[in-house]
Amino acid sequence: MNDLLQDFLTETHESLDVVDVELVRFEKEPNNEKILGNIFRLVHTIKGTCGFLGLPRLEALTHAAETVMGKFRDGMPVTSVAVTLILETIDRVKEILAELERSENEPEGTDDDLIKRLEKTSMRDAKPAVAAPPMPEVQGITTGTLVEQTLERPLRPGEVSLDDLERAFRETKTEAPARVSAPPHAANTLVSQTLERPLQPGEVSLDELERAFPETPASEKKSAPAQVRRSGGDRREDERREEERRESEQTSVKNQTLRVQVDTLERLMTMVSELVLTRNQLLEVTRNSENSDLKGPFQRLSNITGELQDGVMKTRMQPIGNAWAKLPRVVRDLSSELGKKINLVMSGEETELDRQLLELIKDPLTHMVRNSADHGIEEAVDRHKAGKPEVGTIRLAAYHEGGHIIVEISDDGRGLDSSRIRAKAIRQGLISETDKLSESQLQKFIFAPGFSTAAKVTSVSGRGVGMDVVKTNIDQIGGTIDLKSVAGKGTTFKIKIPLTLAIVNALIVESDSERFAIPQIAVVELVHIDMDSEHKIERLKDSAVLRLRDKLLPLVDLRSLLELRPLETEAAELFVVVMQVGSRIFGVVVDQVFHTEEIVVKPMSHMLRGIEQFSGKTILGDGSVIIILDPNGIASSIGSMAENAATLDHKIDAHEGEGSLRKISLLVFRAGTDEIKAVPLSLITRLEEIDASKIEFSNGKHMVQYRGGLMPLLPVREGFTVRKEGSQPLLVFIEKERSMGIMVDEIVDIVEDRLEIEIAGKVPGVLGSAIIAGRATEILDVGHYLPLAFEDWLHRADASTSAGTRRILFVDDSVFFRNMLTPVLNSAGYEVKAASGGAEAISILERDADFDFVVSDIEMPGMTGFELADKLRANPRTSHLFLIALSSLNSPARVERGKQAGFNHFIAKFDRGGLISLLKQTETRFAEAA
Amino acid sequence: MSVTENQIEYVTATVGGQLFGLPISRVLDVFAVERMTRVPLAPPEIAGVLNLRGRVITAIDMRKRLSVTGGKPAGKTMAIGIEHRSEHYGLIVDAIGEVLKLPAAGREANPMNLDPCWAAIAEGIQKLEDRLLVILNVDRILDLQHKTLAA
Repeated sequence: MNDLLQDFLTETHESLDVVDVELVRFEKEPNNEKILGNIFRLVHTIKGTCGFLGLPRLEALTHAAETVMGKFRDGMPVTSVAVTLILETIDRVKEILAELERSENEPEGTDDDLIKRLEKTSMRDAKPAVAAPPMPEVQGITTGTLVEQTLERPLRPGEVSLDDLERAFRETKTEAPARVSAPPHAANTLVSQTLERPLQPGEVSLDELERAFPETPASEKKSAPAQVRRSGGDRREDERREEERRESEQTSVKNQTLRVQVDTLERLMTMVSELVLTRNQLLEVTRNSENSDLKGPFQRLSNITGELQDGVMKTRMQPIGNAWAKLPRVVRDLSSELGKKINLVMSGEETELDRQLLELIKDPLTHMVRNSADHGIEEAVDRHKAGKPEVGTIRLAAYHEGGHIIVEISDDGRGLDSSRIRAKAIRQGLISETDKLSESQLQKFIFAPGFSTAAKVTSVSGRGVGMDVVKTNIDQIGGTIDLKSVAGKGTTFKIKIPLTLAIVNALIVESDSERFAIPQIAVVELVHIDMDSEHKIERLKDSAVLRLRDKLLPLVDLRSLLELRPLETEAAELFVVVMQVGSRIFGVVVDQVFHTEEIVVKPMSHMLRGIEQFSGKTILGDGSVIIILDPNGIASSIGSMAENAATLDHKIDAHEGEGSLRKISLLVFRAGTDEIKAVPLSLITRLEEIDASKIEFSNGKHMVQYRGGLMPLLPVREGFTVRKEGSQPLLVFIEKERSMGIMVDEIVDIVEDRLEIEIAGKVPGVLGSAIIAGRATEILDVGHYLPLAFEDWLHRADASTSAGTRRILFVDDSVFFRNMLTPVLNSAGYEVKAASGGAEAISILERDADFDFVVSDIEMPGMTGFELADKLRANPRTSHLFLIALSSLNSPARVERGKQAGFNHFIAKFDRGGLISLLKQTETRFAEAA
Repeated sequence: MSVTENQIEYVTATVGGQLFGLPISRVLDVFAVERMTRVPLAPPEIAGVLNLRGRVITAIDMRKRLSVTGGKPAGKTMAIGIEHRSEHYGLIVDAIGEVLKLPAAGREANPMNLDPCWAAIAEGIQKLEDRLLVILNVDRILDLQHKTLAA
């Protein structure tokens, strides 16, 4: 294909995509001249190039569209009909371009239909537009007489009649006197005219125009629109200058970018990957080599390779927004086609993704958004009946999470109809009448081939090809797709895309003589276990656990996870790789841990892609191929073990239900007085014993060097004697980067008991007392100590209050938890209002619904958390709130129930860190959405 | 193909004593397998993954794929390199044979009583003077799902 045409096609495709988006924006803000100017310029450029390349069909079409837009510029009201017409025109242009790309020729056919309609649209308003601001001088200056002129053939589509041109020409003169040096003459005489600014691309000089008049009609097409544009007179002058400035800015931006063939980038990437591998091999050599001359240059080579790799990776990254660019248009067209009101909210457009992946997810995303608009969002009438806002919302969000990119598509529509899915699954023989399936299992059937439950087949979707194709596409790039749907509330799809081509740091481990790579991003720490170590693997029936800092860490042996040969004898030495995925922490037992290495992730071949425990493979420095473990996959395969235990959970649940109070773990200690004190174990980050001689006293405070920083130490109360020698037990609290130690005399025990506090509340630092393990015990108020350790602890919270602090409504029947969690959330920078139960929460929200989060307990007397969530979701005033459930019993069944009630998230009651990180995460998403 | 139209070239190999042929147009190379990494949890037909000149190749154990029993022959492990959906695979065979140029007309359809596992991946039988050559379809060899259904 000739280069010129190739460039034209590439450029035009890009411009048209922009026009699509801009037009939809323009329809919403018809007074935004900037947008219009933008569109106008793009279309104008396309038209100009078409003329140059000799593409009459395209030229005529774009010309007609440009004329209509020119009318918009001149003040013609922007109607949805007109915008639709232009969009249609752009679609036609795209069709022609597609053919052009294939055959290098414009396809046969005519666009008279569209052009006629466009002309009609522009004519409708022609008079006021062209004559727009009638300048007083007009009459006086125009000295020429208008002669009836005839053209000896009918006008071609897109052409302007001579009359129109004449009129346009004559009116142009209204601005001419100010600039034109020669005195204006009659239009029929040719004079040399000058314009006091350089011509803009696509514009025609006055001379040319003048000459064009008596000449052939062929050149008129070009001159006319350029002139009509100027007909506005001086009022347009400023705007035009503005446009010129913008254009010159654009040119300078253009000069800083360069078009590069994708193939070139691909080859570059492959070569860099090879370079990284070679570097790794060299690393292996230098490691074993005594030659120190090698080390220096190698270090440099290594650094440069790293930078080169980063650089090349960047060239491949594109914001995901590029894949979304078409969606506003799609949603706009659908809403008018389906007669629904739909608002598309996008966030995280700037999240970058490898361009190859971007291409592959484009179609699935479009399909899913169409689905949401068609099946998800109800008609306005139905929405009204359901107490929802008439305008439905489709949200599209992208963000990074644990080495993956997550794309979420959610709607606030009717949700999936499980009974219909069930019926269809039975009809298709996928399940039998008697099969008992959970809601989420049923919902997954929409990914089955040929499974569409749409009651009516619309032109938009419901054709039986759908989610299965989406799933296949996403599978192909090694991604996963998950959905959550609540009837009447909406559906959320979560697509997880791996960074397949990324180069990551990985920990190399071994099990059963096979080496594996674990992405470093998921590794929290390593624990070494041998005969003498303090850590021991203990067993609860078949499940292995490890006591790690007084918490039980669930363990899974890589050998059993991957069905390798089990160990024949008890190993003398083992390693536990502690991994974190989301808020889940678990340990993976391996035989041996080697070094960490930078690896080039190569996707699993097609045949092996179904194995969820693996995310890819790589070549190590020594040339061997090893498998990369997928932390998410491992977490979920451990999760499925937990699911089996769910039934057991249920029984406990029922049992626990008898008493309204739940058992919690408490740390019992002595400090200062003889009375026993306790604090919920979950609030403490760590228990430490430090050498008392290391305690420093400065500025009226006790301090100790701890983990590379100074940690303030606080006595439990005034008069507590700080030890001078021996060891000093500490309760360590860590909030973000800050840590604080509370000095105690002796740690007595960890007990599990129900906590029923009677508030005494007079002694600072004491919440009240409770009977624990049969003894009266003081309960420590952690919130009291935080500001003591850091004077700015509260200031910080105050300072951020002014700048749009997020507000939390915290609902819990227990005074203890209200008092305990409130300061913790405060110190994390939230404004917290506490309510003692569902009823109080609702009445608070009735007065003031301006909260961002509702964090609620589940088991409460009167109204349970589930009931509260139902009520909040049903009320349009509160339905937008982000609901987080706190529960000490998180069996999958309960989580499911919570989700149905409308909770966005479930957090274990004592998982303070989890709660705060969830709040922060959500907050970020709020901010992005805003 | 530069050959006359009705001649097809095949790379041949033996697996469990039987001669098989693959169209040469689908064969990238033939190589000796030196070091291979096992893939846990993978289907039994997957012998492992290996590094061939910087490329990761998934190796298919053709004995398992063809349900051939009996011990592996001693000596070097040989593999035929092929490409499928722009991924590289190696078919591990007992021994590599010569390249044969055979008339397309000499190919017969699979006999009715052919082992269903073979029938699923064979495209026909070529009659050589002293023995039979089973022509394999590369794409179907790699379609393990299909195998599970057929089995």
